[in-house]
Amino acid sequence: MKSLGSIRRSFAPWADPASKPFISVKNVTKTFGDFIAVDDLSLDIYTREFFALLGASGCGKSTLLRMLAGFEQPTSGEIILDGQSLAGIPPYRRPVNMMFQSYALFPHMTVETNIAFGLKQDGMPKADIAERVGQMLKLVKLEKFAKRKPHQLSGGQRQRVALARSLAKRPKVLLLDEPLGALDKKLREETQFELMDLQQELGLTFVVVTHDQEEAMTMADRIAVMSHGKVVQVATPAEIYEAPNSRFVADFIGDVNIFDGTVSAVENGYLRIETGNGFPVRMASPDKPSVGAKAAVAIRPEKIRVSRQPPAHAPVNAVEGEIWDIGYLGDMTVFHIRLKDGRVVKASSLNAVRAVEDPFGYDQQVWISFGEDAGVVLKD
Amino acid sequence: MGNWSRFNIASIVLGFGFLYLPIVLLVIFSFNESKLVTVWAGFSTKWYTQLWHNQALLDAAWVTIRVALISATCATVLGTLAALALVRYTRFRGRMLFSGMVYAPLVMPEVITGLSLLLLFVAIGLDRGFWTITLAHITFTMCFVAVVVQSRLLSFDQSIEEAALDLGATPVRTFFAITLPVIAPAVFSGWVLAFTLSLDDLVISSFTTGPGATTLPMKIYSQVRLGVTPEINAICTILIGIVAIGVIVASVVTKQREAQREKDERAAFAQ
Repeated sequence: MKSLGSIRRSFAPWADPASKPFISVKNVTKTFGDFIAVDDLSLDIYTREFFALLGASGCGKSTLLRMLAGFEQPTSGEIILDGQSLAGIPPYRRPVNMMFQSYALFPHMTVETNIAFGLKQDGMPKADIAERVGQMLKLVKLEKFAKRKPHQLSGGQRQRVALARSLAKRPKVLLLDEPLGALDKKLREETQFELMDLQQELGLTFVVVTHDQEEAMTMADRIAVMSHGKVVQVATPAEIYEAPNSRFVADFIGDVNIFDGTVSAVENGYLRIETGNGFPVRMASPDKPSVGAKAAVAIRPEKIRVSRQPPAHAPVNAVEGEIWDIGYLGDMTVFHIRLKDGRVVKASSLNAVRAVEDPFGYDQQVWISFGEDAGVVLKD
Repeated sequence: MGNWSRFNIASIVLGFGFLYLPIVLLVIFSFNESKLVTVWAGFSTKWYTQLWHNQALLDAAWVTIRVALISATCATVLGTLAALALVRYTRFRGRMLFSGMVYAPLVMPEVITGLSLLLLFVAIGLDRGFWTITLAHITFTMCFVAVVVQSRLLSFDQSIEEAALDLGATPVRTFFAITLPVIAPAVFSGWVLAFTLSLDDLVISSFTTGPGATTLPMKIYSQVRLGVTPEINAICTILIGIVAIGVIVASVVTKQREAQREKDERAAFAQ
């Protein structure tokens, strides 16, 4: 069997100008009274893509999903699925299925009849329904629970029934609304990988809504970071993390240190920025802003080194500070280092070597430093 | 069950005595041998046998049951629809007015409801009798059904309806396959409530009745004015029995269901 990983790595239809999007959201706006839930939003999602809509609650991600499912109609703009406009098509005639956050299992039906419900609506022959239901039960490993009612199942089992029910009709697109939100941490992590494998196996397009960045990073091919009804950035998890296009995205995904300053020199591919924290930064950047322009440098904690001695390139990309807080997490240690001006910088280091004694102690004077490719220059 | 202090015992005896003494007396005297209602002359069931030969009383009972069955059923349909409209369409114009109007009959004095219905029937020239009583009962029991069903719908997870639509069921199918089965217990208790209310209504029936349509409460009331007979006690005892059995069955069924559900849920989380 071909490893799923090799398929995944080579999958990037969005980078290919010849490939046609499967779902096209075109300038969609949705208002509820005065509230703008989705604001002139455009997005392309490709066949077999695992696409995540990520954002804080109220950012419009669920509204967008509900518009894809047909529970809400766009106030303006249109959604195209497989070349066909979805305008005016009610949810029960759309080739998409949804897995609900609350699972929305029918409480008066058994696991079996829940899964068969959609197939019955299509008028599928009884024997075929039984066969398909059997496949679905096997897929989610619930064969033994076919005759149970939803309230006789645990949370994880209910989640599986909901998944099986939404997959039973083999929809072109599966919409998942916070699919793992109600599960505990351990189960959630397991299920994330199961969902990914399932999506690859069945070759479906998944659109998942989540507020959990880790979940989005783990599962998705691409993530759309949303804020106030708009998409701030659409990119692969790695791009979102390593090359955020704005302060919002840099701040929203993971931990970050942002140093504000002004550009003092522009030289082939590198910018020199005088930060407000008393040290100059030299950072790779494809942009060529004018000297004197405002710029901010975002650097992830794990890309900051902590050392006792100043690095060779000091004072560029290096500054002295005092260890303020130490958080030992087992796999890594997080340092909060206080600079002379009172600014606290987060740095983290992987504990790759077994060591019971910490190399650094509280109140110790240290140097923090980073490489010329360690961070990203933000425009705003 | 800790402190059985004298005060507690006294409160319970007084409270239950206040509630049930009249009923207990009525039941006891329905088995009285004597024709005099207040003098005990030994045990007998002769008044019950005599009931079966009192054609007027049996007719009245039959009318009452038919009115109650028809009106409870119609009121349940209308009340359920009203409750759905009130819970689901929260943004339609005049919703407050509509919901106020649905509930007004709950607090409206029966005399006024009865009188206004009478005026309406007279104005439109409807012959008063069986059907006018039934219509009147639908009117005043509908709001009770609406209240019961509405409270169920408020705790109803609407996403299960969306799930049904999403899986390809039309709105009508969704209602009959999903919504109705889930709210069925509330609809049923609404029906039982409407049925009992209709069964023992006197005021509104009196206003809206016509020749030939006498309900049991009306019959009893008119007989009592001529003096209480043990026969009345007997029929009242039967009525009490029917209502009590209904209430007990309903509560036992609910309790058992709940216990079963709790057991299932514990079992589900135990594995």
